[in-house]
Amino acid sequence: MKILVCVSNVPDTTTKITFNSDNTQFNTAGVQFILNPYDEIALARAIELAEGGKGSVTVIHVGEISSEPTIRKALAIGADDAVRINASPRDSYFVSAQIAHYSKDKGFDMILTGRESIDYNGSQVAAMLGEFLDIPSISIIKKLDIDSDKTSIIREIEGGKEHLTVSFPFVASCAEGVAEPKIPNMRGIMSARTKPLEVVEPTEVDQLITFTSYSVPAPRGSVTILSQDETEKLVSLLHTEAKVI
Amino acid sequence: MSVLVYVENADGKFKKSTFEVVSYAAAVSDLLKTELIAISIGDVKQDDLSNLGKYGAAKVLNVSSDKLKNFVNQAYASVIAEAAKREGSSVVVLANSFTGKGLSPRIAVKLKAGLADAAVELPKTDNNTFTIKRTAFSGKAFATVELNSEVKVIALNPNSFQLKESGSISKVEDFQPEFRDSDFRTMVSEIVRASDKIALPDAELVVSAGRGMKGPENWAMIEELAGILGAATACSKPVSDAGWRPHEEHVGQTGIAVSPNLYIAIGISGAIQHLAGVSSSKTIVVINKDPEAPFFKVADYGIVGDAFEVVPKLIDAIKAYKAHS
Ligand SMILES: Cc1cc2nc3c(=O)[nH]c(=O)nc-3n(C[C@H](O)[C@H](O)[C@H](O)COP(=O)(O)OP(=O)(O)OC[C@H]3O[C@@H](n4cnc5c(N)ncnc54)[C@H](O)[C@@H]3O)c2cc1C
Ligand SMILES: Nc1ncnc2c1ncn2[C@@H]1O[C@H](COP(=O)(O)O)[C@@H](O)[C@H]1O
Repeated sequence: MKILVCVSNVPDTTTKITFNSDNTQFNTAGVQFILNPYDEIALARAIELAEGGKGSVTVIHVGEISSEPTIRKALAIGADDAVRINASPRDSYFVSAQIAHYSKDKGFDMILTGRESIDYNGSQVAAMLGEFLDIPSISIIKKLDIDSDKTSIIREIEGGKEHLTVSFPFVASCAEGVAEPKIPNMRGIMSARTKPLEVVEPTEVDQLITFTSYSVPAPRGSVTILSQDETEKLVSLLHTEAKVI
Repeated sequence: MSVLVYVENADGKFKKSTFEVVSYAAAVSDLLKTELIAISIGDVKQDDLSNLGKYGAAKVLNVSSDKLKNFVNQAYASVIAEAAKREGSSVVVLANSFTGKGLSPRIAVKLKAGLADAAVELPKTDNNTFTIKRTAFSGKAFATVELNSEVKVIALNPNSFQLKESGSISKVEDFQPEFRDSDFRTMVSEIVRASDKIALPDAELVVSAGRGMKGPENWAMIEELAGILGAATACSKPVSDAGWRPHEEHVGQTGIAVSPNLYIAIGISGAIQHLAGVSSSKTIVVINKDPEAPFFKVADYGIVGDAFEVVPKLIDAIKAYKAHS
């Protein structure tokens, strides 16, 4: 079983998001980048499924050389090898077209992504990849089990869950519940340095969208602080002032 | 030219979020001076379909087929893309729901369309450009994207557009799609829906609690408060990590991002990762015993006090209010 895991490189979750002076670019000064938390879940499940000689795990990343520490982290966690498509990840369409182009004739049985990247939160890559490769895609899954070549999946839906089955090959985007993220151990970290990391040049992809500017939410007015005994007043304020009940 | 809107149903019924999406799509079609066509897949009653006219649909395409009884995103995407082609639609609008997230990217690739997901506003069409504001960085910011493609796909975030009744009954036409076997490689075996619970992603009111509640045994009052308000329940990440509450209730940067009209946070400190997913709520109420809790800085109303005393009192106050109104 050959598994491909797509990993993205995102600002650490504690990052205060700021932009350059004309608000056209994310300000990366002083920002620490990490392996996208959801991708850690996808990677952890891939490693569990491949364990004991049952398969191999390749990680793929579309990004510049500056994101290699994130790729090495994925190798340290337990991926067997890695691919970096050497291009700035302009948007999800571009990223998925690159991954599709690379993977189409490599015989992967399963491609896992994170539910979403925590920077652009598109939740797009998995389904776009599925479409480019003309294979099923299941978005936002909470459980994935394999029994011979039939895969059982639970996916989240509004107010509930859907159970489904799918055959190889497919793409799925992983959310919490699929696996617990793994922490690299010393041996993993040492071996990550020597595991193969192939760098591939990008293919040409049409640009359908452009990020033109950014903004931050308007600050809230000051807070009205009430005492423990003023719950009735709170209810009345929610009704008359905030008009939410 | 036309705008096509996909109207999602749950067990044959439309939810409020569907009407939001239709209202939004109607406003987009006004902007582009073209008509709005809705497409429904599954078994929805004729009356409910023609009622979509009230929200601005000029025509409803109804796709009813045994093959499409359950959601197969590949096949649904094919049907919607085919309808967009046949109707010459320049914009396709969907909800950015769990289902929408599986559909809109596939449709965008099929139509070679730029996709604006997590949209929160109507597009702007100045100087021959088409731009849309969407959320980014897990709710910590907004991004404006320009769609340069001929056909465009928009996935609208829940609770970001007001319902608007504008028209009357619309006509309903059967739509017969062409099927491709290769689109049917997933099989739904079971759907489990907690019918007595309000779904979190599109809830208008949310009652959320954190580690300050001490343990899962204390959630009864949280559920009671949510129950009388008609609110969904949510929690902070450590609470779901500890198994006190299910993962699907976890909100924040690595959980669900919500933007309800009212978010009540009880015993939650207000860490940056938590705030990321909730700060676009319209009104925020914080109940915390620590006056220095960071959450108070982004709240509209705060009660400094012990949740175990405040919540029961709040429940009584709401009961009294409900009894009078
Ligand atoms: C990579 C990463 C991603 C993360 N993503 C998320 C995320 O998506 N969502 C999220 O929520 N967190 C996330 N976190 C965790 C986040 O940093 C905080 O640790 C978490 O939000 C804290 O949860 P809490 O407020 O429930 O608990 P605490 O921080 O322990 O706060 C408990 C609060 O309850 C108050 N309290 C205690 N007793 C009472 C009482 N009797 N009455 C009233 N108040 C009381 C305390 O004063 C305190 O403010 C993430 C962390 C990391 C590292
Ligand atoms: N630059 C990238 N390279 C490889 N995979 C990516 C990249 N960006 C996003 N992904 C994958 O796609 C998922 C969803 O990303 P997004 O569509 O941006 O929310 C992520 O969790 C990753 O698994």
